[in-house]
Amino acid sequence: MIEGIPIYHFLVVSTIMFFVGVCGFIIRRNLITMLMAVELILNSVNINFVVFNRYLYPDQLQGHFFTLFIVAVAATEAAVAIALIINIYRRFKNIEVQNVSEMKY
Amino acid sequence: MNIAMFYLLSAIILVFSILTVTSRKILRAAVYLLFVLIGTSGIYFQLNYEFLAAVQLTLYAGGIVVLIIFSILLTHHIDHKFERPALFNLLGGIAVAAVGVGAVLYTVFDHRFVPSAAPAVDVNMTVIGEQLLGMDKNGYVLPFELISILLLAALIGAVVIAKKGKETEEL
Repeated sequence: MIEGIPIYHFLVVSTIMFFVGVCGFIIRRNLITMLMAVELILNSVNINFVVFNRYLYPDQLQGHFFTLFIVAVAATEAAVAIALIINIYRRFKNIEVQNVSEMKY
Repeated sequence: MNIAMFYLLSAIILVFSILTVTSRKILRAAVYLLFVLIGTSGIYFQLNYEFLAAVQLTLYAGGIVVLIIFSILLTHHIDHKFERPALFNLLGGIAVAAVGVGAVLYTVFDHRFVPSAAPAVDVNMTVIGEQLLGMDKNGYVLPFELISILLLAALIGAVVIAKKGKETEEL
């Protein structure tokens, strides 16, 4: 832990980051920007895991490992999402959400 | 010194995450996202989780951002600018975010966290490897194997989805 910084300051940062991500997910209408908002959300949760691990349970490593697993899940999610986005772009020639209202062809 | 560094990193994270969702040029949004991810890894470094910070830098900043920029360049013109979002969506998103921040921060400050005085475990590669592949009390071998299968399945699925099939060529 960092001496002199209470755990609340980390939590404020990650909370604001999480809801900036939620806000971006709602207001943006583009698949790639929505994907970036999801990455923001996952990262803020990662910060929470790591900080709880370091401040409250420094003798164990649960938060550390769950952050590793979340990073792996985020990587797979990004790979699948980008494959889908590129496929949608091939079919519809753009990736705005309101133009992609059907999934089957 | 550490404290000043922490507040600098948090300022970077907050400012650039807001810029990520408000920027109207998508390539700039991706670069702002890169700064957010690097700031996050700086926080991990400060908490003495060097391995996690390295993973964050290589996988997120090196892998995912490159993947996102790659897909942006495949699907957009570089000088493409978005129209402004609809006012209803904008107000709705900001309202949801404000209510959420209020509720979560109220709950967080209402709760009293007791920092543990237990001696911190030294996080080096030996400890990480033994716990990640261990089957005893602190072992994580089952989620590790699950994540391996998930990674393999997702990557094969991504290849299959992105492959240009014969049906697609006709369209």
